[in-house]
Amino acid sequence: MPRKPGRCPLTTQRIVDEYFIENRHKLLDIAAFLDRLDRSQDGEDPTHDFRMKAFAQALQVLMTPGPDRLKRIHMVFSDPSTEPREKTDRKAAWGAYNPSLEVL
Amino acid sequence: MRYIEPHAHMVSRTTDDYRQMALSGCVAVSEPAFWAGFDRLSPDGFDAYFRQLTDFEPKRAAQYGIQHYTWLCLNPKEGEDRALGQKVLACIEKYLDRPNVVGIGEIGVNRVTQNELATFRDHVSFALERKQLILIHTPHLEDKYKGTRVLVDALLKFQGLDPGRVMMDHSEEHTIDMILQNGFRTGLTLYPETKVSIPRAADIIEMYGPERIYVNSACDWGHSNPLAVPQFIMEMRRRGHSESLIQRVVYENPREFLQQSPKFSLPPAEKQTAAVR
Repeated sequence: MPRKPGRCPLTTQRIVDEYFIENRHKLLDIAAFLDRLDRSQDGEDPTHDFRMKAFAQALQVLMTPGPDRLKRIHMVFSDPSTEPREKTDRKAAWGAYNPSLEVL
Repeated sequence: MRYIEPHAHMVSRTTDDYRQMALSGCVAVSEPAFWAGFDRLSPDGFDAYFRQLTDFEPKRAAQYGIQHYTWLCLNPKEGEDRALGQKVLACIEKYLDRPNVVGIGEIGVNRVTQNELATFRDHVSFALERKQLILIHTPHLEDKYKGTRVLVDALLKFQGLDPGRVMMDHSEEHTIDMILQNGFRTGLTLYPETKVSIPRAADIIEMYGPERIYVNSACDWGHSNPLAVPQFIMEMRRRGHSESLIQRVVYENPREFLQQSPKFSLPPAEKQTAAVR
């Protein structure tokens, strides 16, 4: 059968056969992470942290049908602005954009 | 399969890594200048680093039959200090003629600040005036999209810049369109946590094709894998991709980019057997 551009050469069944176990593992790791937060010593709501707020939004995107889930999740975590910062604030990125940190 | 590792910070890696890379088919590495994990206090620190990149490191690689090429610059993480940037560019001048220097890089922005962008422009001007190839670091995580957008816009304002001589590295699914659509080359960096995983890199090749794209490990002192490129080869084979497609991404595309520098040349295939000690 001729291959369509942009397609993975594996059939749906082969993709499931090849990748199910490793992705099951990743899914369980996310569940464990969320459970760990629920078991935290102080019981604080993790979505007070801007990163976890974005994480929760990303999970919503993940469950929304349609193409480009990955790009849409990237944009949940991304700084959407285009103007350079006035000066640097730190060396390392956070992993998610927090507009309230733009205090410089 | 023979491959070229086009982005590796070998000064941070052990000699055992060179050995494993050679055993896995690596015939050449290109090593951009980068951040040491701490800010260097003076241009003298860069001078010592550039001597390491142009003298000691090629000898270490050669022990394993790997050719070593390098790029020089002030890294984006130190780009906020514009005065230091000017002093480092003056220092680079005396290393440009070294036989393994193929260009200026990896330059770019880190937190996407005004000074970082100005230092980036200084480096691009310096490279264009001296007809050097350019290797660009696009920033991390939440800064990736904005930083890539800002860098592409800045590059498009340079008169006479040939996008085929510019590698915009570390692209991901949300930035690759703007890079390729403007004619630049791009690299997919195979990292265990940040940047692109090996299966995602294979997905991107399936969706975009191999034109102007290569893959690299960007192995350094952080969480990274010097054997990521051979693992990408395994992933592509797992999906049934042809050997010719895989070879294009891991060998021919980096060679096509790098050989635009007259200093880059690889021996014929039959002489590329790694001299593993």
